[in-house]
Amino acid sequence: MPEPDEIAAHLSSSEQRDEILELGMWTFLSTEVLLFGGLILTYMVYRHADPQSFAEAGRQTRIVIGTINTAVLLTSSFCVAAAIQAGESGAAKAVRGLLAAAIVLGLIFLGLKGVEYLGEYRDHLVPGIDFEQSGSHAQGIRLFFMFYFVATGLHAVHLLCGVIVLAIFLRCAFQVARNARYLAGLRTAGLYWHFVDVVWIFLYALIYLPGRSG
Amino acid sequence: MISWRPSNGLIACWAALMALLALTVTLAYQPLGTFNFVVALCIALIKTTLVMTVFMELGERPGLVRVFAAAGFFWLMILLWLGLMDFVTRA
Repeated sequence: MPEPDEIAAHLSSSEQRDEILELGMWTFLSTEVLLFGGLILTYMVYRHADPQSFAEAGRQTRIVIGTINTAVLLTSSFCVAAAIQAGESGAAKAVRGLLAAAIVLGLIFLGLKGVEYLGEYRDHLVPGIDFEQSGSHAQGIRLFFMFYFVATGLHAVHLLCGVIVLAIFLRCAFQVARNARYLAGLRTAGLYWHFVDVVWIFLYALIYLPGRSG
Repeated sequence: MISWRPSNGLIACWAALMALLALTVTLAYQPLGTFNFVVALCIALIKTTLVMTVFMELGERPGLVRVFAAAGFFWLMILLWLGLMDFVTRA
């Protein structure tokens, strides 16, 4: 890794370098917003066309696992935000602990997601592999679960990438005390992690909550 | 060894997010008709605002960063607005 204060020729200052990092991540995230936004748009269209089926399908999702996973992810986001604060105070040990906690929470999320997928497979709710539903809502339920697997699968891939990125930052956390560049990088990685969290907040509302009151 | 603890704002934000999660689950089981969906989306928006202002520190970032962050949201609104226009207005 280059020296902390080394700056590329086209940049005027280290502040500019760090700001570009952040702006680049936000630009990337706006493309991600549209990627998940397109999925959410299809959900809205089909839900509007067939609200009863979506309510019926929503009731078949595992709300306990979904709710625990939401709490797990929100807490992991807290850990990442706290790790950045700790880095600003130069507390390298706290940065390591908090990043490790966020990674473990991310892995717990993925594990629970796997348990959930297995349960859905056993309930014959996986379109294309094993899907058996009878009644007038079967077609709508199939559409709902197609959205479910594509959206949560895509989200899980994003989360896995986030875990890998955090693991890299955990590995070089010893640099925290003397390297402003490390902190700028960690803040940028944090933005990605929080974005994945925000996507889940919406997926949770769209997938687990419909049809609960009926 | 530097003694360090997370700021009160950060802890309060986490607690608020947990409270909102409990609230949204509870309200999902109340028979509110079509308002169930509206309420769920509103709570999701509040949670997102909290994550963006406190965890993503947008409240204290320079204006340029905030404009970049808002751009994604702006285009999402165009996508959802124009995309849904046809479907929700058709008889």
